[in-house]
Amino acid sequence: MTGWLLGRIGQAMLVVVAMTLIVFMGLHVIGNPADILIGEDLNQQERLAAIARLGLDQPLWQQYITFVEGAARGNLGKSFVYQEDALRLILQKLPATLELAVSALMMAVLVGVPLGLYAGMKPEHIFSKALMAASIAGFSLPAFWVALMLIMVFSVQLGWLPASGRGDTVTVWGIPWSWLTLDGLHHLLMPAFNLALFKISLVMRLTRAGVREVLPQDFVKFARAKGLSPQRVMWAHVMRNTLIPLVTVLGLELGSTIAYAVVTESIFAWPGAGRLILDSINSLDRPVVVAYLMVVVVLFVTINLVVDVLYHLLDPRVRLETTE
Amino acid sequence: MSIKTEQTSKTAPSREHTIWWRVGQDFLASRPASVALGVLALIVLAALLAPWIAIQNPYDLMQIDVLDARLRPGSLSSEGSRTYWLGTDGQGRDLYSAIVYGLRISMAVGIGSAVIAGVIGTLVGLLAAYAGASVDAALMRLVDLLLSFPTILMALMILAWMGKGVGNVVLTLVLIEWSYYARTARGQALVEARRDYVEAARGQGLSSWRIAVGHVLPNCLPPLMVIAALQVARAITLEATLSFLGLGVPITEPSLGLLISNGYQYMLSNEYWISFFPGIALLATIMAINLVGDQLRDVFNPRLQR
Repeated sequence: MTGWLLGRIGQAMLVVVAMTLIVFMGLHVIGNPADILIGEDLNQQERLAAIARLGLDQPLWQQYITFVEGAARGNLGKSFVYQEDALRLILQKLPATLELAVSALMMAVLVGVPLGLYAGMKPEHIFSKALMAASIAGFSLPAFWVALMLIMVFSVQLGWLPASGRGDTVTVWGIPWSWLTLDGLHHLLMPAFNLALFKISLVMRLTRAGVREVLPQDFVKFARAKGLSPQRVMWAHVMRNTLIPLVTVLGLELGSTIAYAVVTESIFAWPGAGRLILDSINSLDRPVVVAYLMVVVVLFVTINLVVDVLYHLLDPRVRLETTE
Repeated sequence: MSIKTEQTSKTAPSREHTIWWRVGQDFLASRPASVALGVLALIVLAALLAPWIAIQNPYDLMQIDVLDARLRPGSLSSEGSRTYWLGTDGQGRDLYSAIVYGLRISMAVGIGSAVIAGVIGTLVGLLAAYAGASVDAALMRLVDLLLSFPTILMALMILAWMGKGVGNVVLTLVLIEWSYYARTARGQALVEARRDYVEAARGQGLSSWRIAVGHVLPNCLPPLMVIAALQVARAITLEATLSFLGLGVPITEPSLGLLISNGYQYMLSNEYWISFFPGIALLATIMAINLVGDQLRDVFNPRLQR
């Protein structure tokens, strides 16, 4: 197990290193870093001085080492627009994004699991068939368009929910949170639902498939034969065996939810990292883009690693396989 | 699956009926899929015939009247000669015309990127299956890495470096999509490579490249076609999303995503139709392709064949 774990961590590090290489190459091969990193309003002499200061006159491999050293020390350059440390900017905005992403995943579970259970237990029921059809729509609906329609109906027409911002926040450990106030929850509801829509369909289908797989198995028949109530069979036996694979999938989905928050945040003016990165791409604020990519890659690789390890701890079959 | 015998088909087609005829029969057995195919055919036709079925060229400034801006669906134009059934946008463009022209760009980008990525990915997949263990391992690790990252993140990354434009969007989609084909093509090629007909071809002294392209590839096509159909839908969605975010196609070549984006600013004043109708067109396109792709998968899946 320890050997496997070390190998897996090494693999994760390798991915991060590969990504620094790709980001570095993107910066230096496709674009001219002098144009990217130095403002346009400098004269020739200032320009040369800036190139020397940034080390752009060094050979490429030396520059790469400098870049990685900086990245390792958390120095990914200063934002052109905000004149602030790029990494700090991202980290300041990240909690808002995490709040949104975690809320969306929770919503996906709270809505998707019960619906999926129902559809799995009664696959021939008309409601189950309607749910399956709806899930195809859920996969097909372009998220950004749904967001606009939500705003149209619930903000413009009905006036029930606010269309933008985080609302009132409560600061805990120096970080503002929306979900701790009623007004904040009001603001959170629509963007979280928008981000959750695709995941609800996914969770529902996975739960349904899991239930359909578990139901015909012997231990379920045995539980029924013991005379357990259908509710008890459902919650204690079917649920438990359906949810383990679901947990791993959801863990992996957290990464993509954070990435797709870019779209939701930009529409609902949610002040998270996704919105910041979009603004930075549009204003060519490359240090912030680089910092965002590095943070998300590290986050993503860490999540994958944790899920992988948890999966090995939870499922004895996989654990045995790796120790052999 | 190409060796399906005649008893397996309920209608017992005569000998001149090809495998494709039977695939068609199986496909049309599902009513939702048939309807989806019909809708898709209409959409493709509308995209192809856009200049002839639109009531105006929405990008010819001579044909647009700013006085007609933001008219409700069903309004008459200011000089009273025509009806805007779906309303007009902020510049006075007929939305119906803008949608059929937008469909052209969305479809072209979606299909174009799927085809290019399909060719590249299939060749890489075949290469991985045939070129030996170390090349295979390297290529498949790369594919794993690409598949494990969310597509939107990859797209943002690539477009952040390269900038906007139709060509760059297609390039981005190709860079993301080829890995799906590569994985499928490799898996299928490895399965096919063990079959007798490959052995027979080898016995005839054909080169391994010739066997790969001439014999194995045709038998790998059905699953690749399913991937292609679903990838077109993904590509159209992603292109629309990127265009909506202002990172996709330029304003001179507006796709459906850009039309929706243009309507965004009018939403808050309750002028819903500018975003609503292009969205419906987008949704219909994606859903139709997804349903057709799902049915294709079922039809081609030998395990589901009776």
